[in-house]
Amino acid sequence: MVKRIIAKQEVCMGCGLCEVYCTVQHSKSKDIVKAYNSERPKPISRVKVERNKPVSFAIQCRHCEDAPCVTACLSGAMQKDEKTGLVTHDAKKCIGCWTCIMVCPYGAIMMDKEDHVVAKCDLCQGFDEPACVANCPNEALVFKEVKP
Amino acid sequence: MAKYVIVGASAAGLGAVEAIRDVDPLGTITVITDETCSHYSRPMISEFVSGQADLKKVDCRTEDFWKENNVDALIGRKVTALNLDEKAVQLENGEKIPFEKLLIATGGKPFVPKMDGSDKDGVFTFTTLKDAQLLAAKIDCINAKSAVVIGAGLIGVSVAEALLKRGLKVTMVELQDKILSLLLDPKGSDIVEAIIRKAGVNIITGQSVQKIIGKPGDEGAVGGVILTKGDQVPCDLVVVAIGVVPRSELVAGTSVKTNRGIIVDNMMQTSVPDVYASGDVAEAYDFLLNQNRPLPLWPLAVLEGQVAGCNMAGKKTTYSGGTNMSSLKYFGIPVVSLGIANPKEDSTLEVLVKFDPDHNLYKKLILKNNIIVGLTLVNSIERAGILYYLMKNAINVKKFKQQLLEDDFSWAAFPVSLQRKMSVVQ
Repeated sequence: MVKRIIAKQEVCMGCGLCEVYCTVQHSKSKDIVKAYNSERPKPISRVKVERNKPVSFAIQCRHCEDAPCVTACLSGAMQKDEKTGLVTHDAKKCIGCWTCIMVCPYGAIMMDKEDHVVAKCDLCQGFDEPACVANCPNEALVFKEVKP
Repeated sequence: MAKYVIVGASAAGLGAVEAIRDVDPLGTITVITDETCSHYSRPMISEFVSGQADLKKVDCRTEDFWKENNVDALIGRKVTALNLDEKAVQLENGEKIPFEKLLIATGGKPFVPKMDGSDKDGVFTFTTLKDAQLLAAKIDCINAKSAVVIGAGLIGVSVAEALLKRGLKVTMVELQDKILSLLLDPKGSDIVEAIIRKAGVNIITGQSVQKIIGKPGDEGAVGGVILTKGDQVPCDLVVVAIGVVPRSELVAGTSVKTNRGIIVDNMMQTSVPDVYASGDVAEAYDFLLNQNRPLPLWPLAVLEGQVAGCNMAGKKTTYSGGTNMSSLKYFGIPVVSLGIANPKEDSTLEVLVKFDPDHNLYKKLILKNNIIVGLTLVNSIERAGILYYLMKNAINVKKFKQQLLEDDFSWAAFPVSLQRKMSVVQ
């Protein structure tokens, strides 16, 4: 079973550090100051802290089994990797038509308005743990096998 | 004998191939298309004209898609007849290809109204990659400076943007009083129209083209159009982008039942067993209207093809339905339209609106008995998918109605039970 990130909303403080670490992780420089101040195109976070006081939790691509974004994608940029179970996005193929955003039930696909493409969680491929999980100060995000 | 024969190699055909292969890795598949280029994205042909996408980029599958899926692809071949008694399709050279299961995924064909002069050199339709290639080549060939686009729906707007990017002077002519009238209400339409005008497109509404006239000295070539009220608009090219109608000629005279398109059940099977239809040629289920109708939209065509493919391969699958769903990115203004845009007078409908003219922001929700039945988002579309989820699953939104149009509306507003059920939280 594919590992997914899941939130423990009762311990999420809504601090937003997951977004910061995600942004840095997906920057070219991997440097927080450059990522936020000078890098172009501006790196964007693929995780979003959703808030509805007093509730808060982070959400990112769920890597759905039958991913509606993959079916709907007009350009073939959004793919389901059968081996890893990941939903992958190829920014070079993406035309920024926003169709995936229209069909993602979770609101987990971000608009990169500068690059006219979308961006979403890739579970930080190549790292032991996604940056949002590794750096959550309250351990409100866990990376584990969950039913899709 | 091919176990599966698929006529058409666009969205529905591709979805079917992928679904069949998920269920049946070995059964022989033959795909037949009369186009010379296959597995490309039709919604991207405007990108091809504008130069933003080359042939490689418009390919929406892998280069070796047919090979990888072990498909016998007959490209550039036309199916001319369907013989249901023999269970075979016939190609133009007389060759017969028998099938166990057939999918008709022939798509839509452009609707071209009767107009004087529509046979002139320089009149184009805009459905296939070939249409786009011919148009792009013509622009270069005659060094075209101006174009009239007939129809200001999704396709018309996409081609208008592409032509503008190519440096042409563009006039859009729309018979309805408003552009994008199938997708937007008058207010939403006005916002988008103002943006398109500002970009430099001349828009004429409430009129149609009655006649395409020739160039002085070259009557056979497009020189302009005459509108229904008599005005004349000079141009080098005309693109007809009014819409598509189901391309269902193949089943004419057979026992496959049709209405406007091919009639299918919720397994995408036609009135004839073992014969399926999907995509723009079919009348699939609209879950909002609770009836079948043609909905010529790429994402739905892929989905319908997947459902047909599963059923053809023996995995019983039901199509849960689609509805009007369009996402536009043209002229730099994101727009999403879902479900009903212009409802008939109905006192039981509730309308929620957020409008900020300074930012071209417009959000509108139409509710019936606390269930979302229509959604328009202009310039703020990030939450569209969540709202579509509520619409598609007919979820009662009473408890969080006032939050629906907020920019930060999210799953945090949903009951914990639903969050857990969907594995959003632990």
